[in-house]
Amino acid sequence: MDLTALIIKTVFILVVFGVTLLIAMYSTYAERKVASFIQDRIGPNRAGPFGLLQPLADAGKLFFKEDFIPSQANKGLFILGPCLAILTALMSSAVIPFGETFQFDNVLYALQGIEVNIGILYIFGVVSLGVYGIMVGGWASNNKFSLLGAIRAASQNISYEVALGLSIIAILMMTGSLSVSNIVTSQHGIAWNVFNQPLGFIIFLTCSFAECNRTPFDLPESENELVGGYHTEYSSMKLGFYLFSEYINMFVSSAVIASLYFGGYNYPGMDWVRETLTSSLGTTGHNLATLVGTMSLFGKIFFFIFFFMWVRWTVPRFRYDQLMNLGWKTLIPLSILNVIVTGAGLLYNIKYASWLIVAVMVILAIMSAARASKSQVRPQRS
Amino acid sequence: MQLSNRSKQVSHKEMTLAEKMYLPAIAQGLAITIKHFFSKKATVQYPEVKRYLGPVFRGHHVLKRDEEGRERCTACGLCAVACPAEAISMVAAERKKGEENLYREEKYAAVYEINMLRCIFCGLCEEACPKQAVYLRHDRLVPVFTERDQVIYGKDKLVENLNDRYVRTNTEVQATPTEPSLSRSAT
Repeated sequence: MDLTALIIKTVFILVVFGVTLLIAMYSTYAERKVASFIQDRIGPNRAGPFGLLQPLADAGKLFFKEDFIPSQANKGLFILGPCLAILTALMSSAVIPFGETFQFDNVLYALQGIEVNIGILYIFGVVSLGVYGIMVGGWASNNKFSLLGAIRAASQNISYEVALGLSIIAILMMTGSLSVSNIVTSQHGIAWNVFNQPLGFIIFLTCSFAECNRTPFDLPESENELVGGYHTEYSSMKLGFYLFSEYINMFVSSAVIASLYFGGYNYPGMDWVRETLTSSLGTTGHNLATLVGTMSLFGKIFFFIFFFMWVRWTVPRFRYDQLMNLGWKTLIPLSILNVIVTGAGLLYNIKYASWLIVAVMVILAIMSAARASKSQVRPQRS
Repeated sequence: MQLSNRSKQVSHKEMTLAEKMYLPAIAQGLAITIKHFFSKKATVQYPEVKRYLGPVFRGHHVLKRDEEGRERCTACGLCAVACPAEAISMVAAERKKGEENLYREEKYAAVYEINMLRCIFCGLCEEACPKQAVYLRHDRLVPVFTERDQVIYGKDKLVENLNDRYVRTNTEVQATPTEPSLSRSAT
């Protein structure tokens, strides 16, 4: 790799890093705004225009709070916990292709941190490391509630990782590649995977909610049951790192969902846009077309970030046994079924085979709803 | 036993498969929340917009004067006795010759202080007063203080200004402002 390529890659990685942090920062603001809008309130609007400086104020407050370490805590691990959480959160965005190619000096550079042919495996490896941040933090703070929260977080993440991986397999079978950029390229135009894999998408979405510890899967930090979950003992910027890493995770998993199921930077009519721009503007046109693709990817990412928040104020938290039942007894068998049906479809060259499961499920649901006896509602005993 | 006519009957029937799938219900819920996202907000932007809190609101204290501008308070101490927070204290004095236009009766309060840190705005002083001298205004809030020496309100802050008489049944007051001009009486 020559020097120019190295510099361009470095700049790109720094940009991705910066954008990730910026989006995570403003996700906290967006979270509060969305929450208040859904609850018929206005939300933060005092710091700066529309409250846009609110994240800065929050960060300032976190920095100036007392940084407290409990005397019985394991100091090294206590500090390591939040570092691990934020490190793993930031690492996973490296293999996501944020756009097509960037032309500089007649050389094309892919808008991707690193192009590895095992991209998906890399993401999964890093995401599963994310449990360590929570686990180490909960254990090191030497508090029973933290430990309970950490254990619940760990078991939840591990349970849902299985279904997450299985739901991806159907996509890998259809694409025939583990590389994220190949998966995105194969969804050219509007041939998005969500149209072939509706069930896989729903499973993946549910599991990524669980992986991000977002409601309805926010058992690790359910503050009304566990005081504060795994980060009960944390204060100041260590707590800030934990909360921040949750928002980074949300951004990254939105990006992964968009790349795997919603075509990444692909959008309908992209070829036409590229041709017109390139023929009229040349190299600049090529880069502009790439920029439009990147914009479409970010549009999808923002939609999913919004969706995460939207669901948070809609669905109540699962009980622990319900959570485990859903993960092990529903999502894993369903994703295995999805893999089998997709495989059979590939064998007989039927692209939309996994709609079969959806159709059967809808028919069963309608039948059971129709057959359900409109039984008398028994009055409550006083 | 029926306490209200709003009780809901609880059913324990088996869920159908459609209900067990959750997804239709979740979609329904999402539709409801997104409707609220776009609906009108109920927030009152407080320091800029002030709501009328009604004639029963208990705010800033006022020591009334009578129609001729004389202070009504006779320093009987009943308000201090009635005060559950022990916020009121006073020093009584005898009216001298030539002060008949200042004080209504022979005895008056030379010092009358309310500690606003202790006051709980219960309104018992109002009820205890036999001379109708102390009221809690319905149209003015106690201003924010940042220093400890600002919290004890003496007669300079409590006795009403003759140009700004307080009338409880003032129908002109539609907000709960802190500006004196809006709470001025009609007379």
